[in-house]
Amino acid sequence: MSGRSAGVSGSPFAPHTADETAAMLDALGVDEEADLFDIPDEVAFDGEFGIPQRGERAVVGDLRETFARNDDLTEFLGRGHYSHYVPAVVDDLSSRSEFLTSYTQYQPEITQGFLQALFEYQSILVELTGLPVANCSMYDAATALAEAALLSDRLRSTSGSTVLVPENLRDGKRGTLDNYVDGSDLSVETYPYADNTADLDALGELVGEDTAFVYAETPTVTGAIEPDLAAVGDLADEHDALFCVGSDPVALSLLEEPASVGADVVVGEAGALGLPASYGMGLGLFACREEYLRQVPGRLVGESEDADDRRAFTLTLQTREQHIRKERATSNICTNQAWVALRAAMHAAYLGPDGLVDLAEDCVRDAASVAASLDALDGVEAPLDDRHHFREFTVGVDDAPGVAAGLEEHGFAVHTLDDGTLQVCVTDLNVDAADDLVAAFAEVTA
Amino acid sequence: MNYDQARYGDDDRNEPLLSEKDSTEVDPGEGSALPDDLTRDSLELPGLSEPELARHYTRLSQMNWSVEAGPYPLGSCTMKYNPSFADDVAADPNAAVHPDRDPETVQGNLELLYGLQEYLATIGGMDAVTLQPPAGAAGEFTGIAVAKAYHERNGNDRSEVIVPASAHGTNFATAAMAGYDVVELPSGEDGRVDVEALEAAVSDDTAALMLTNPNTVGLFERDIVEIAEIVHDAGGLLYYDGANLNALLGRARPGDMGFDIMHYNVHKTFATPHGGGGPGAGPVGVVEELAEFLPRPRVRKAGEAGRVGAADGSDTATAADGGALAGHDHDHGNADDHDDEVEYELFDPEHSIGKVHGFSGNWLVLIRAYAYIRRLGDEGLLDASAKAVLNANYLASLLDLDVPYGPFHHEFAATAGERDAADVAKGMLDYGVHPPTTKWPEMVPEAMLTEPTEVENKRSLEDLANAFNEAFADTDEELHAAPTKTASRRVDQTSAARNPRLSWHALDESRNASENANGE
Repeated sequence: MSGRSAGVSGSPFAPHTADETAAMLDALGVDEEADLFDIPDEVAFDGEFGIPQRGERAVVGDLRETFARNDDLTEFLGRGHYSHYVPAVVDDLSSRSEFLTSYTQYQPEITQGFLQALFEYQSILVELTGLPVANCSMYDAATALAEAALLSDRLRSTSGSTVLVPENLRDGKRGTLDNYVDGSDLSVETYPYADNTADLDALGELVGEDTAFVYAETPTVTGAIEPDLAAVGDLADEHDALFCVGSDPVALSLLEEPASVGADVVVGEAGALGLPASYGMGLGLFACREEYLRQVPGRLVGESEDADDRRAFTLTLQTREQHIRKERATSNICTNQAWVALRAAMHAAYLGPDGLVDLAEDCVRDAASVAASLDALDGVEAPLDDRHHFREFTVGVDDAPGVAAGLEEHGFAVHTLDDGTLQVCVTDLNVDAADDLVAAFAEVTA
Repeated sequence: MNYDQARYGDDDRNEPLLSEKDSTEVDPGEGSALPDDLTRDSLELPGLSEPELARHYTRLSQMNWSVEAGPYPLGSCTMKYNPSFADDVAADPNAAVHPDRDPETVQGNLELLYGLQEYLATIGGMDAVTLQPPAGAAGEFTGIAVAKAYHERNGNDRSEVIVPASAHGTNFATAAMAGYDVVELPSGEDGRVDVEALEAAVSDDTAALMLTNPNTVGLFERDIVEIAEIVHDAGGLLYYDGANLNALLGRARPGDMGFDIMHYNVHKTFATPHGGGGPGAGPVGVVEELAEFLPRPRVRKAGEAGRVGAADGSDTATAADGGALAGHDHDHGNADDHDDEVEYELFDPEHSIGKVHGFSGNWLVLIRAYAYIRRLGDEGLLDASAKAVLNANYLASLLDLDVPYGPFHHEFAATAGERDAADVAKGMLDYGVHPPTTKWPEMVPEAMLTEPTEVENKRSLEDLANAFNEAFADTDEELHAAPTKTASRRVDQTSAARNPRLSWHALDESRNASENANGE
């Protein structure tokens, strides 16, 4: 058990030689490591897990084989999880061990690098949202939305207890929101969509004194750009409800600033920058107005100075956090998504404002052009609404599950929404295959 | 050890901010395919050339401590070395798929998820596992939500969660977030749960007791069977905080101790670099009667009813047949050699609490955990806990500081006594080590909670002890002047909190004059 030869016995990552182990045990006056464990017999485990130890090469080879079981499909999938090309330099720099193998910055003097990077991430979100406070990450868009709703419950400025969300909110967001508000005084209700965006008339009738929180997305889950966000904000404002906008940093670089249309909070999926397709792993974006500062969930990095009067950064306002405030904390978040936030900031800085806007413009143009090509096919209608689109749009066909299955045989993955509706998402990563997708559509629907 | 951290920048600042290197304003509406009223008027951000970007982040990285630079013995954080191969595996392009893929087309991902569910169930002595919670605290929330759903379904709604005073702050915050009143349980004189106090605290209102074992000063709760009995007799559930599981690998299992629910911090116990504060992942394991409440969806073999059956390794598991799921007739979920014939599918537990993450959790972290468990196997996991405990005890024996309580496992809380623990920590920074967690838990005055983990060897522990002892022996004056060799000297945290400046926009506002004076 004490040898160091990897693959034979013991942990390959415990660096002790047999002699060192013996000397340490001797110094402690025990014969073997097991003697150091203070576990009563009645609960001691003396069985085996039955997991054989393997060499590194075997494990790597084995897992590559496992992943090779995934079908190689070109994905035209979105609905909240977006991938754009991540420049190689982002992989390279973020993988520097000084970033990757560090921890939460409890000692600011020796962790200035990461603190500054997170401060820069917060700053980029401030610019994109127009709101003055951004935290340095939440788990994903769903948990960020849920935390935003809980924020409204903690604020004195909102008196109601109803959270209003779109009727077609993605299941993962709605389900997470339901769980998070379960322990609060809030209850969740939906408002209808008309033509794939908020039905303002219906919403106007639903918003009232009881409303604490109104959530709108742009782009929506089907990729439609909300045509009158300000009107949604006004409805919320009239009843002192918090107005929360859901988006992502690529869309925000082009679309009107949420703050300028009255958003009190912005949440969303920031992993659209810096994070490759990762089976739904995310980076929750959270920004809000300054007056909520002491109620913000998660971590904040602030500027200060050191003993030499040099600028320095530090985690700040920690009295909001669970490790100090326990049950009165603004959230239970400890581990967040710091490293993913670092990557998002790197990606944004690499693109710069011109590159970001170009990428966003492509998301609009490519969606429109692929939709037009599909619309030209017999028996295919795209998009199924009269909106501008960002990355994705809905597609009407006769037999959606059948068409999706047919496309899969041609090597393409699209969303199936119901018997007559598909959804297609176009980004820089799949746009080159768009013509082939359209051809496959033509064949499958013919 | 002699140590000097890199520092870049001018007299009054470190490496300039991105915004100080470049700041470009564009009008996104100009030439846009969208109408004017949908687009913003301006966007002002830095846009660096690739070489500038490389230098900026390389410099920042050099102003940052990491476990690959040296010891990082933060108590309760389990900062151990994470093998690179797990990062390689996680970066496999075949694993980089969209979460909405037809399950039949992502059998590789499902195979891994299934295998990890099984491994974790086996290691924890649990019957069913969800991998969805994206962090330890999210796992706590999931577990408590499951407990709540269970009580409600049994028509037995309860209002209180009991948490020991020494517990992680997340336990308190989690219970409150789930809508429970928190009952704080004082520690006994020996640093463990005071069984009499627990008896007095439990009632018909008790939904759960949240406990970690070994606890936050590294002590094993020897009365765990009695504790479980007290909680169960009151109709409550026993929740295990997996933060300290590294000390128990292969030695004891929460399920065998009577815990009904547990979360695993796979980024602490197994592998995943902590990335400056995340991501992590906090899978949750439960006993059979709670399995139907887990988040949806879960993974099972196609055609199976959905495994609830437990890994009862103590009786029947054998390494020879690779029976990670000993006690089951069927093949055990590809835990060892994969079988392309086996198909996997998603299913929703009958009374599922729903979702705790938008999709399926922190996938890239789950891959690393799975790879690590396969690499270590039984022998490696057992040795990890052996060396973690050996290291903690050896390090404690070398310190000039008092270490109350004991015997302890993977971590211990030394006390700085008359000295200020935070000052001693600042002194340690100049010796090329990261200091321990300070001033916590509160049951130890001026606590320095230290967890070396299994990855330090004898020499490294001795260096760490020297840093401790020398800083501890320094005068108050010397400690107040520390650190001197880090990128920043002592940072004024009070000023940062009193007058929050949280973005470069805020700096521009408050420092407009001096910015102008500096010119472009």
